[in-house]
Amino acid sequence: MTEFLQQLINGLSLGAIYALLALGYTMVYGVLRFINFAHADVFMVGSFVGYYLGQHVPEATLWGGMLVLVAAMMTCALLGVIIERLAYRPLRGGPTLNVLITAIGVSLLLEYSGQIVFGATPRTFPQIFPERHFELGQLSITSNQLVVITVALLLIAGLQVIVFKTRMGMAMRAVSLNPRAAQLVGVNINTVISFTFALGSALAAAGGILYSMNYPSIDPLMGVMPGLKAFTAAILGGIGNIPGAALGGLILGGAETFVSGSQFSTYKDAIAFGILIVILLFRPAGLLGRFTVEKV
Amino acid sequence: MRFPRQHLALLLGVAAAFGISHFSDRIDAYLLDVALGIGINLILAVSLNLVNGHTGQFSLGHAGFMAVGAYLSAVGTVFIGPHFVGESPGVFAQNLLFFGALVFGGLCAAVAGLLVGIPSLRLRGDYLALVTLGFGEIIRVVFQNIEALGGALGFIGVPAYTDFGWTYGFVALTVFTVSCLVNSTYGRGFLATHDDEIASASIGLDTTRYKIVAFTIGAFFAGVAGGLFAHLKLSIDPRGFDFTRSIEIVVMVILGGMGNTLGVILAAVVLTILPEVLRPIAEYRMVLYSFLLIVLMIARPQGLLNFRFGKNRI
Repeated sequence: MTEFLQQLINGLSLGAIYALLALGYTMVYGVLRFINFAHADVFMVGSFVGYYLGQHVPEATLWGGMLVLVAAMMTCALLGVIIERLAYRPLRGGPTLNVLITAIGVSLLLEYSGQIVFGATPRTFPQIFPERHFELGQLSITSNQLVVITVALLLIAGLQVIVFKTRMGMAMRAVSLNPRAAQLVGVNINTVISFTFALGSALAAAGGILYSMNYPSIDPLMGVMPGLKAFTAAILGGIGNIPGAALGGLILGGAETFVSGSQFSTYKDAIAFGILIVILLFRPAGLLGRFTVEKV
Repeated sequence: MRFPRQHLALLLGVAAAFGISHFSDRIDAYLLDVALGIGINLILAVSLNLVNGHTGQFSLGHAGFMAVGAYLSAVGTVFIGPHFVGESPGVFAQNLLFFGALVFGGLCAAVAGLLVGIPSLRLRGDYLALVTLGFGEIIRVVFQNIEALGGALGFIGVPAYTDFGWTYGFVALTVFTVSCLVNSTYGRGFLATHDDEIASASIGLDTTRYKIVAFTIGAFFAGVAGGLFAHLKLSIDPRGFDFTRSIEIVVMVILGGMGNTLGVILAAVVLTILPEVLRPIAEYRMVLYSFLLIVLMIARPQGLLNFRFGKNRI
């Protein structure tokens, strides 16, 4: 029982990170109907920004950590907007396949320029937040896990407020429902899409920093696996559905932690794809999504 | 009167391949190695073109099928073969064994393609890309965990059976199969699926079936190419079949123009020679590829080497 609870806590903190990443995939899919492959690499850039900034703030302080987190989020928000402006906007309305290929191109460009700029060898992520261990009976919880879960929950709650309580959020939902109708009633689609990219990329950067706190070896290809898993989480919850992405992230994080704790631990990377294939087979709309028929 | 001419071309191609193979001792070893590499990439690119180009799907798992073919054909020549032809087979028995192993690897890859294709091809393009990518990773993890096949260290001690004749014989067969298939009455269904899936379905074409057929045939040839690759490099490293390998093949198809066999052939040749020439700046290769993908999609989505002669030929 103790072991089960311990794994549940570990799974929750991993799942919270997947949820943050999955939200970005799902929001972009909501407004543009395509998979932003480069999202996972924005996550990587966020982590590297944290790595460089973390050396300039005092180590292991709460305000220093928050500063790094916010700065990385802002940098990546800008990066997301630039990517959308240069690579995706010229193709808007074009064939889906072309947009998909461009997205893969952007992803590879970030990864391999990352290898040239940052170097291909893994680096150790600095300790930006103070670290303590708490013993709760036989359970052991690190402060990093608490920070991860708290920050992730706060960001998800913040996102919920932005999407459902602000004018911009209303515009986002309108574009997601029907872009042309939204344009007709005066929504500036370009602004909304840029804003969506900024928001999603900021969450990805936060995810990158939180991930690197728990897995402190970072390299330019670090985003690939978490990105694929977060994407699976987004599909699991129903792509385009914000609470679904959060739920999917938590389920996936939990499943992965339990598998790595068992005797099949070498297959932990395969479990996400197993889930993906099963979901696509039996419920392609995801757990919380609604199935829609494509109309001509 | 089109088919007999193409059959003749196939015969000539295979004959030329084995004819040149006869003189392969006189060709410089390095040039021969590059030529075989080009041949393997030709098979991969032309077969992927059937899926990504003609049928308009987007598979990112070609390297995964190549891995299946590489491992299982090596199992065929290393473990199963000696039971039939003895430890030191003659030239004829050796070639027969190699042919059998290649076809066996290809068939296993085709079965894997069928298993992946049936669930994922009911869905739209971007899901397929993800599932095939995920599948490629699963394949790699599975092979890394099979100790009998060398595990993470790789499978070593594969015999050197790949020669010019087999490689270019299969290149000819791949080009023949794909172009005949697409030009046949049945094959128009692939193009229809590519052009408009909903419209094709509405006139009664079973688009899912077309997609699965294209995917399975593509996987078969990827498996054969994997077998040739294994018997050329003499060892199989599971990391050699990762995502970047799939991307390389995809770039060949896109650069050549999706659905354009001639362009894809040119692109495969150019993109295999280019890294040899550009060896000093090797680390910039993937940056160049990815940049090329973005620029091509924005400026020239029909591909760089897509020249149309006269009427629209495939």
